Amino acid sequence: MSNAVSTTEAPAIERQTGAWVTHAILGIGVILFALPLWIVLMGSTHDAATIGRGEVPLLPGAHALENYRAAWTQGGTGVGVGWMLWNSMVIALSIAIGKIAISIISAYAVVFFRFPGRRLFFWAIFITLMLPVEVRIFPTFKVVSDLGLVNTYAGLIIPVIASATATLLFRQFFLTIPDEFVEAAKMDGAGPLRFFWDVVLPLSRTNMAALFVILFVYGWNQYLWPLLVATSADVETVVIGMVKMIGSESNTEWNIVMATCVLAMLPPVLVVMLMQRWFVKGLTDTEK
Amino acid sequence: MDRKVVFNQKLLPYLLLLPQMAITLVFFFWPAGQAVWFAFLRQDAFGIRTTFVGFENFTDLFADPLYLDTIRNTAVFSTGVTILALAVALLLAVLADRQIRGATGYRTLLIWPYAIAPAIAAVLWIFLFHPSIGLIGRALNDAGLPFDYKLNGNQAMLVVILASAWKQVSYNFIFFLAGLQSIPKAVLEAAAIDGARATRRFWTIIFPLLSPTTFFLLVVNLVYAFFDTFGVIDALTKGGPAKATETLIYRAYVDGRVNLDLGSSSAQSVVLMIVVILLTAIQFRYVERRVHY
Amino acid sequence: MHRRSLLAGAAALGFAAPAAVRAQARTEIQFWHAMPGVLGEIVAEQVKRFNDSQASVTVVPSFKGSYTDAMTGAIAAWRAGNPPHIVQVFEVGTATMMSAGPAIRPVHELLAQSGVALDPKRYLAGVRGYYSDTQGRLISMPHNSSSAIMWINLDAFEKAGLSTTDLPKTWKQIRAAAEKIKAANAAPVAVTTSWPTWVMFEQMAAMHDVPFATLSNGFEGLGAELRLTSPLFVKQVEYLLALQKDGMFRYGGRDNAADGLFVSGEAAVSFMSSSLRARVGKEAKFKWASVPLPYHDDVIATPKNGVLGGASLWTLTSKTRTPAEYKGVAEFFRSISDVDQDLWWHKATGYVPITLAAYEKAKAEGYYTQNPGADAAILQLSRAEPTPNSAGFRLGGMVEIRNIIQEELEKALQGQQGATAALESANRRGNVVLRNFERANKA
Repeated sequence: MSNAVSTTEAPAIERQTGAWVTHAILGIGVILFALPLWIVLMGSTHDAATIGRGEVPLLPGAHALENYRAAWTQGGTGVGVGWMLWNSMVIALSIAIGKIAISIISAYAVVFFRFPGRRLFFWAIFITLMLPVEVRIFPTFKVVSDLGLVNTYAGLIIPVIASATATLLFRQFFLTIPDEFVEAAKMDGAGPLRFFWDVVLPLSRTNMAALFVILFVYGWNQYLWPLLVATSADVETVVIGMVKMIGSESNTEWNIVMATCVLAMLPPVLVVMLMQRWFVKGLTDTEK
Repeated sequence: MDRKVVFNQKLLPYLLLLPQMAITLVFFFWPAGQAVWFAFLRQDAFGIRTTFVGFENFTDLFADPLYLDTIRNTAVFSTGVTILALAVALLLAVLADRQIRGATGYRTLLIWPYAIAPAIAAVLWIFLFHPSIGLIGRALNDAGLPFDYKLNGNQAMLVVILASAWKQVSYNFIFFLAGLQSIPKAVLEAAAIDGARATRRFWTIIFPLLSPTTFFLLVVNLVYAFFDTFGVIDALTKGGPAKATETLIYRAYVDGRVNLDLGSSSAQSVVLMIVVILLTAIQFRYVERRVHY
Repeated sequence: MHRRSLLAGAAALGFAAPAAVRAQARTEIQFWHAMPGVLGEIVAEQVKRFNDSQASVTVVPSFKGSYTDAMTGAIAAWRAGNPPHIVQVFEVGTATMMSAGPAIRPVHELLAQSGVALDPKRYLAGVRGYYSDTQGRLISMPHNSSSAIMWINLDAFEKAGLSTTDLPKTWKQIRAAAEKIKAANAAPVAVTTSWPTWVMFEQMAAMHDVPFATLSNGFEGLGAELRLTSPLFVKQVEYLLALQKDGMFRYGGRDNAADGLFVSGEAAVSFMSSSLRARVGKEAKFKWASVPLPYHDDVIATPKNGVLGGASLWTLTSKTRTPAEYKGVAEFFRSISDVDQDLWWHKATGYVPITLAAYEKAKAEGYYTQNPGADAAILQLSRAEPTPNSAGFRLGGMVEIRNIIQEELEKALQGQQGATAALESANRRGNVVLRNFERANKA
């Protein structure tokens, strides 16, 4: 991060104006990006009538507490947002942790062993990259419904838990672990499981953290799959629940929707912001 | 790319692969195979009467002028989202890269939309463009410019493109910034000494160096526009008005779930599979090249 | 890490969704419905009243989202062999459910097998007709029925110098009133409508005794064809386009998206479901009236009955169902057809009563004199003996057909096509849907 395009021979004053213009444009970009968020944040502190009349508020109002309380306990369709957030949390965490666990062991198998069918397995995993759940949605739904997993956490989590991306990332990373490490372990008489636990896992920490952010956001933000599999309020996620609140648009309590909106985006935004360093590294590494 | 030193256990690797393979088989290969099989069947909603109809679902599909409209919509939508999201991200990344100290700060301020679900992004944009409660929508109407994305197809398309691109900019920004920051300083200094003007320098030196990143993002953005924007469209326009914002994935969903026509929906899934396989193949060729270089 | 152990682990961690606890002695009946919010609470109360009234059956209601969600969810569950006993299906899903053969148990069969006697004649004619087969036998159980009626903002009428007692009855009078409203600027929007297809096509066809489709709107077979290009529909669409062109009509969106325009006081005249009565009463900050829908007096002198909307209850089959379970369903149906239950339901929800007796009782109690307009939908539904054109619709893929008509209407309102072109296109596309349904459902 040490280079800069602006290392020119131009006079200092010109350079300063240039920097000023740059900051101004970036500032406008940041504001434009944040505008929708700001409106929702402010809207969630006003009463329904203000928003319904179309007086889009740009400053905070006095109804924050009651809006958030109403959203938390009642939500839109009788299920409180508190419960939906819990569902989303369980699902997003299970997907993120489950994907990482499943991928890391299968990548370990593919990289550190030689066995008949290895290539076949690798390609079988790789090919799943090509067909996102969206394009085979109804048959997948049928399988889940045949297994009796509709409206269960298991039905929401397990079908999307196999991840080619994570497996490939771990594979790329494992290939960079020096052979000497393996030889040393063998000489010490350590078996493959011991080696995995003592060497590979600690080395993979950064990768795991990065993947966690990406997969948590993915799990939290899922839409089409839960829309089909979760039709019961018991397992409703907050993203689906919020969209259902605006359902017919005719009878929408916009202030509650806005409060729910803020609550629904808070967890993934926090995860991304707080784990930014790993996340950026993970993203740019994953795709290279 | 294989390791030279490996472990010799016979059973263990299979056990380690078991969870992933089991899930992939049950929830991936089996349903994908069924999707292909269903595409050749006609079934009533309950699955009581099933007839094998060969390629009829496909011929019906491509004989339907509305499906061709949907393809056109998808093309307009994906191109719009991709170009907008890439251009804005590139501009911001180049500017942020100039600010030695500010770069990471701006990254923090621009990164968060990545975490927003597409469906929630759509709701945020409702509050901007809704004709009666949206900030911009209402201002336009008050100024005598009729704006109603629920009635005007072009306006609806514009709103879904803006909302979808908005969410994707942060992702592209991260990559462009990383790409720019990995360009060796010496290259830039050499160019500066040559006295090339900033814009010219950008297009002749920096942009070509960024082209692998750009190409990679192009594919990722297209895939995003094809599939991940389902939530944006469902929450904002439901494909309307008059199918103006109906994309391929949205139509497959509506035909399968609302219209209960599993055969046609599966045929559409197969068409989409072919599209993704093509996109992945292109991407893979590129990945391959990068790996060898 | 076997898959099984993974699943077991998930279950142990409480990952499995909470399942309803099975009652031991009582037969349990699963009832899926699509009534949100307050209506859902009233359904729960309706069920509770039945559960408390006897000792052998417990009905368990669960809210499954929109009508589409409830119906597709139940179909998927049936395909997976685990359907609910009762599912609430909206009126446009009727044809799909009726052709489901082995998946459903018609109400008349269910009652006969369970030894529960319910005379079909006890139900309002307009309600009964929609859910019966051609021999007049009840297939599904009427539950929540409404009709589309006209809603008028009386404050806006007064401001425009219009009479608030002698309200418009024909489309011509609506236009005249709209002109005055616009001239006096009495409301931002003169006219709007909810449910564009249901109001402007289905209701108009029935009221003017014009076929919406051949074969008695599909009652007589799967071969029905749409008749959307007939003069009545051209007249209707041109009427709306002209109204819009002159700035007196605002399109408020599909389905019930426009409800808010009336409730907020923006629109002076709207056409919405009669079941909005509770909401309008609670939220409207103006004087209002609800009256039957307008008609074209140059097409028909006395309009026929309108058609209903809403939903009915379907009994789904399953290999594991016991006679006791079917009997439980039949008992529940008897309970909701009870006069006092029905009267309570009518008053609590604003839906029309499903039985004649409940209507008579409400009238005798003076309910409609205290609540003027509460009987507008009932009057509209029962003001004439239903003709083949006004008994209802039995068209496969009706959900899709409704959307097609809305789409083509939207295109016309955007100025992309004229009324005739819109109707021809809707007719052509709708017939494709009907033919696909026919092919998929031929025995």
